Amino acid sequence: MDKITVDKTKCIYCGGCTSVCPVACLELIETYIHCDQDKCVKCGNCVKFCPAGAMALKK
Amino acid sequence: MGYFSNLTKGQYDIIIVGAGPGGSIAARDCAKSGLKTLVIDKRQEVGSPVRCGEGLGEVWIKKASLEYDPTWCIWKSAGAMVYSPKGRKMEIITKNKGYVIERKMFEKKLAADAIRQGARYLIKSRVYDVIKKDGFVVGVKVETPEGKFDIHAKIIMAADGVDSMTAKRAGVNTVNAITEVDSGYEYEMSGLKMDRPDLIHLFVGTKIAPRGYIWIFPKGRDIGNVGIGIAGHDEKTAKEYLDMFIESHPEIFKEATSYEVKGGCIPVGVPLEKPYANGLLIVGDAAHMVNPIHGGGMGASMEAAVIAAKIAREAVDKNDFSEKFFKRYADLWFEQRGNQLKDVLKVRRFFEKLSDGDLEILADFFTPETLLEFSDGKKLSVFLKLFAKHPKLAMTAATTLR
Repeated sequence: MDKITVDKTKCIYCGGCTSVCPVACLELIETYIHCDQDKCVKCGNCVKFCPAGAMALKK
Repeated sequence: MGYFSNLTKGQYDIIIVGAGPGGSIAARDCAKSGLKTLVIDKRQEVGSPVRCGEGLGEVWIKKASLEYDPTWCIWKSAGAMVYSPKGRKMEIITKNKGYVIERKMFEKKLAADAIRQGARYLIKSRVYDVIKKDGFVVGVKVETPEGKFDIHAKIIMAADGVDSMTAKRAGVNTVNAITEVDSGYEYEMSGLKMDRPDLIHLFVGTKIAPRGYIWIFPKGRDIGNVGIGIAGHDEKTAKEYLDMFIESHPEIFKEATSYEVKGGCIPVGVPLEKPYANGLLIVGDAAHMVNPIHGGGMGASMEAAVIAAKIAREAVDKNDFSEKFFKRYADLWFEQRGNQLKDVLKVRRFFEKLSDGDLEILADFFTPETLLEFSDGKKLSVFLKLFAKHPKLAMTAATTLR
């Protein structure tokens, strides 16, 4: 199944992805992005938005 | 029991989620007016990490009843130098001076001030849900280093930034459309070569920064924030555009190295129409209170916080925490700032339609004399002259500025 992944070496922990997520499945918790994969609708907004290119939608 | 759990046991009139400029200014004013105030922030250090270009106009400092302080107002800027896609320069000197600030120090100082006024801060603690009763937000669920707790209060203020998780959990839709945000990336660098460190430098062009701009905000003679904001839905990342720019300008960056990386999401769309709900006030980036042209949000956030704190005090006096009562907060804020920001959004939509060729026309047109006329307030007559000379721009303006 498709899955949102976060490359922790690229992520700058800005939390911007959470603000464009239409279903609030992403959350910035101290120093990591948590993604609720069950809630995620795989729209790819966070992937497009991410200023650091840290997010991907993987098959 | 321990330090963190003790803080959760207090009786509070208002809980403010988020210790940024909005949250801490609201906390200062709430506590000063006698409200029992608790601020909760998930970070273990207030002020960090920075997600900001760190430019702040002097006018906002005064509006928030703050004073110039060299510990955080670390560099003064007299105006801006704007660079057209072909590199032509426009020097814009404004009446309102600005500072480049050290935001970590700024936020710590605001927190310290609020605590002196009687506010309490619960840090390293994450609000993971709100407590609702009969359609009212009446508290928060918080995870501290000493476990999970429920804390109740008469009012909850969501000042938790662009993520805006608290408002979402309360049932207010604060999601940003991806086309209505800017994606930002920034290096703080030393070793910059700047001939005019007394100005901020803005580089525009559809190829270097689609729908946005690249900035250098000096923090000293050879140090400063080098950043970019671009349309959130662009296929390339903000970092890629910024890295290309740095590589193609060795005359500025050859000797420079970064010692801090920052970034973030800038909500440049319309402000939230209803920044409140029963028992809930929403302040700052969480309610999209940002200038859509330059992307600055600290000023608008602090201004909203001052109003929200006043309304919170009145609500406690009248024992009325309904959205009907809180509507006054939105009315006051829109009158003071929000309506103006909506107009600014139209101007952004105009600029967004311009090609690199159009930008060169503007660079040609805005001579120092014209700019002086413009900043003297003769905006309409300057625009009329521009449109008389360039009818195509007038057409673009007619469709976007309505």
